[in-house]
Amino acid sequence: MLQGTDRGLRSTVDWALILIYLVLVFIGWLNVYASIHTPDMGSPLDFSLRSGKQFVWILTAFVLALTILFAINPRMWEVLATPGYLIVLVLLVAVIFLGSEHKGSHSWFSVGPISFQPAEISKITTSLLLAGVMSRQGFSLGRWKDFWQVAAVLGLPMLIILAENETGSALVYVGMLFVLYREGLPGIFLGLLGLAIFIFILTLKTSVWVSLIVLGVIALLYLWYLLKQTRPLSRERRFSMRMLLLGTVVFAGLVFSTDFAFNKVLQDHQRLRIEVLLGMKDDPSGVGYNVRQSMIAIGSGGFFGKGFTNGTQNTGGFVPEQSTDFIFCTVGEEWGFFGCLIVLVLYGLLITRIVHDAEQSREPFTRIYGYCVASCLFMHLFINIGMTIGLMPVIGIPLPFLSYGGSSLWAFTLLLFIFIALNRQEKKYF
Amino acid sequence: MELKRSDRLIIGLWAVILILLVRLFAIQIVDDSYKRDANNNSMVYHTIYPPRGIVYDRNGEVLVGNRICYDILVTPREVSAFDTLALAKALDLDTLWIREQMAYYKKYRSRIGWQTLQFAKQVSVEKYMKFAERAYDFPGFRGQVRTVRDYPFNAGGNLLGYVSEVNDREIEKEPDIYKSGDYIGKTGLEAAREKDLRGEKGYHVYLRDSRNKVQAAYKNGEFDKEAVPGKNIVTTIDAHLQQYGQELMHGKKGSLIALEPSTGEILAMVSSPGIDVDVLSNMGAHYAALAKDPGRPMFNRTVQASYPPGSVFKLVNGLIGLQEGVLEPWYQYPCNRGYYYTKTRKLGCHGHRSPLRLEEAVMMSCNAYFCYVLKNLLENNKYESVSDAFDKWREYVLSFGFGQKLGSDFPSELGGNIPTSKLYDKRYGRRRWRTSNVISLSIGQGEIGATPLQIANLAAIMANRGYYYIPHIVKDSEGLEIDAKYKERHYTMVDTSHFAKVIPGMWMAVNGGPGAGGTAGMACVPGLDICGKTGTAQNPHGADNSVFICFAPRENPRIAVVGYIENAGWGGSWACPLASLLIEKYLLGETTRPELEKRMMETVFNVAGN
Repeated sequence: MLQGTDRGLRSTVDWALILIYLVLVFIGWLNVYASIHTPDMGSPLDFSLRSGKQFVWILTAFVLALTILFAINPRMWEVLATPGYLIVLVLLVAVIFLGSEHKGSHSWFSVGPISFQPAEISKITTSLLLAGVMSRQGFSLGRWKDFWQVAAVLGLPMLIILAENETGSALVYVGMLFVLYREGLPGIFLGLLGLAIFIFILTLKTSVWVSLIVLGVIALLYLWYLLKQTRPLSRERRFSMRMLLLGTVVFAGLVFSTDFAFNKVLQDHQRLRIEVLLGMKDDPSGVGYNVRQSMIAIGSGGFFGKGFTNGTQNTGGFVPEQSTDFIFCTVGEEWGFFGCLIVLVLYGLLITRIVHDAEQSREPFTRIYGYCVASCLFMHLFINIGMTIGLMPVIGIPLPFLSYGGSSLWAFTLLLFIFIALNRQEKKYF
Repeated sequence: MELKRSDRLIIGLWAVILILLVRLFAIQIVDDSYKRDANNNSMVYHTIYPPRGIVYDRNGEVLVGNRICYDILVTPREVSAFDTLALAKALDLDTLWIREQMAYYKKYRSRIGWQTLQFAKQVSVEKYMKFAERAYDFPGFRGQVRTVRDYPFNAGGNLLGYVSEVNDREIEKEPDIYKSGDYIGKTGLEAAREKDLRGEKGYHVYLRDSRNKVQAAYKNGEFDKEAVPGKNIVTTIDAHLQQYGQELMHGKKGSLIALEPSTGEILAMVSSPGIDVDVLSNMGAHYAALAKDPGRPMFNRTVQASYPPGSVFKLVNGLIGLQEGVLEPWYQYPCNRGYYYTKTRKLGCHGHRSPLRLEEAVMMSCNAYFCYVLKNLLENNKYESVSDAFDKWREYVLSFGFGQKLGSDFPSELGGNIPTSKLYDKRYGRRRWRTSNVISLSIGQGEIGATPLQIANLAAIMANRGYYYIPHIVKDSEGLEIDAKYKERHYTMVDTSHFAKVIPGMWMAVNGGPGAGGTAGMACVPGLDICGKTGTAQNPHGADNSVFICFAPRENPRIAVVGYIENAGWGGSWACPLASLLIEKYLLGETTRPELEKRMMETVFNVAGN
């Protein structure tokens, strides 16, 4: 044990987080087994099967978790943040040239039977560095220097990952906006991001002119609000008026460039996925097939599901990637709405608990890192499940703790347990 | 109160989770279409075909049975290299054709996937056995049991009808019942009783994967449905009698019908030329030839042809005369080789002594006598006009089952034709026509048409002395009750007491002995007491039709027969011996007149010409 322990394990470790983690991992393993289930298959622990492999990944993840909790001084993470971040950046670039091709993206390193994705680890290193930067004495988002520093920490890995063609992983970084919001970023930025997405979809679904009219109405409403709320000739009003003008011009530019961005910047498969999601195109055998089959599997589950290993859609191979990105289909089909409810509530409790612990923390580093973990989990949760039920375009990212795969399970275990360790250390010393 | 930013984020988190849950609720619980789609995706139904109901004759002989055969199915994905020649040999197929099939499967392999297709149809058990012995040499091929119709007797081809694959129109009509490749009764009894005979298809439910590969029985067959065999049908037909009737009618064109008068059951019903049963079981191969045959073998003339009944109709006129009081058995009318219905125009008759009483007129089939009867009927002071009297006469005739569908269980039955007074009003003007205009009706000619079944029914009415049961071909049997209308007596409007006044004439016609002048001497079989009436109906297409109705024995008759032979000439010469042979067969088991039987069977008319 480490020195200076005056409070035991029982009161320093957040057992609730560990319990939820264990339950989710167990649910994941059951569903990985069910998703590959055939009547004549061997033992679920057979290493040639995914369930057997996942079992091994789980055991190794436990070893990893215990190591983080008991063998590594949590101070190390703060120290390692910068070098770790840089190493991962190098790996991210290297993988573009050295990595093996995996479903159209160069993002995997393969060493013998084991392959891993630097993008998974970069979430952790980026979170650590972000926490490091933002917890510095005197840091303020309002200062340009600090702002750009944060933008660089987040932007660099995100851009490289985009270049690797891992759109899903890149999108997760957008979730870091929640962290910034918590640390003082004006809420208007989140609002503007939401408005941008809304305008983008509106332009695609209708036309440039409809979007411009909607934009104009919003701008006029805001103008009316300004005229009522601010005094004439005040600095506040002049500043706001200028911002409004600037914002309107920028958004109008966005409307006009939507078409260009959609057709020229996005790649064909990305465009198709968005078109299918927005119902602009029918593609029942291609992209649409995946979503359709995924929704059929989940939709056929009813209230209590078809029962463990009794699903017909997953085991029949109708759902694509049924043990990795579409693992939620097995939950939906075999455990029904009830199972989905439990899984979603577990995730909700996990994230809420992390946020709660982060808020309790006296050290900004722990707090900011905790928010990073929560944002990361939330983005994965929302994008992944949203995709399986047709609310999001098809973006291949795993469901934390449930999806099959060692790389992703280890990464999420690492992400979570570093936070648990940081949190525990605080309770130990304060 | 201003919310803390952390609280806002937590609220946002749970709002998103709520959105996901609402969406899940919508697709999992509110919307059923996903469950349906999942079943379509993952379940495959293998049809189990029920055996069609068996058709029995009245004595329990199988008229239509089932023979097992096999359809050979193929799952192209499971086919590996095999000896084409060996398969061709085993299934008696063309090697080249097999190669072409395999090339086709290969070409469309992605579309076919793991589907199973039909490879060969109706392979006989012997061939299938040869194939099955070597089945391990032909992976991907398997047999599926089907049944096809089998006919132990060559009896009743036209009555039974045939079965073949459903066409698009039939599928469209009852899409829940018929699927492509199913069989359906197309004509005759098979069509009329399709609902009973077809049974209900069953199915095995299997799970399949996304490539159509069958994986396992769904829930251990919990949702499988067994096929329900079709209901068996007992007919009123006597298979042996039917077969004998067909042999007698060989080479002749016309109908031969036997009824059981006490029930209306059809014992035998021959339409000639007809369809042999071996043609029925493979209609597809013969259909074109049959459709072109000028003898129209598919046409069931016993119910679908309408002829003038000829002299047998004199019985009806005589009975109406008795009922109306314008005729008494002792009335005598002269005949000098005919009846002058105008000063110059005569309805001819053959040579016989004159004058005759009613019985004798029936026995000798005197035309003139019945001309007087009709004249007295129509020019009756009881009625205001000829037209009114005629309408009354028509009412009587209809009560004998003429002029309308009898309501037998043949869906394609015709009603025949009895003219109305309106027809003559139109032709000659109101009140401007008299008996002389319709004189042909007295002897069953003119604007009168009846199906052979209606004429057979007249024979049954005579046998029953005044009533009939609707002729029918399906008997009550376990699980299959026939309509109550077949169990009701239908009385004619003529009092039953009058029949006894005519029947002696029918007896005399047959049993009068040589020289007495009876027209139906050739039907005489000692001891059988056959009563009959001949007819010779004019046929605009060539020689007269030969007609004969009879029943036997005279008291408590067990069988009533009509013979209606087209273009065979005088009634006594063909219809009469044929009908009497049929009676002999039924009552005695075999004929006492082998010479006559041989001559009848061997005589062949040119049935194709028309």
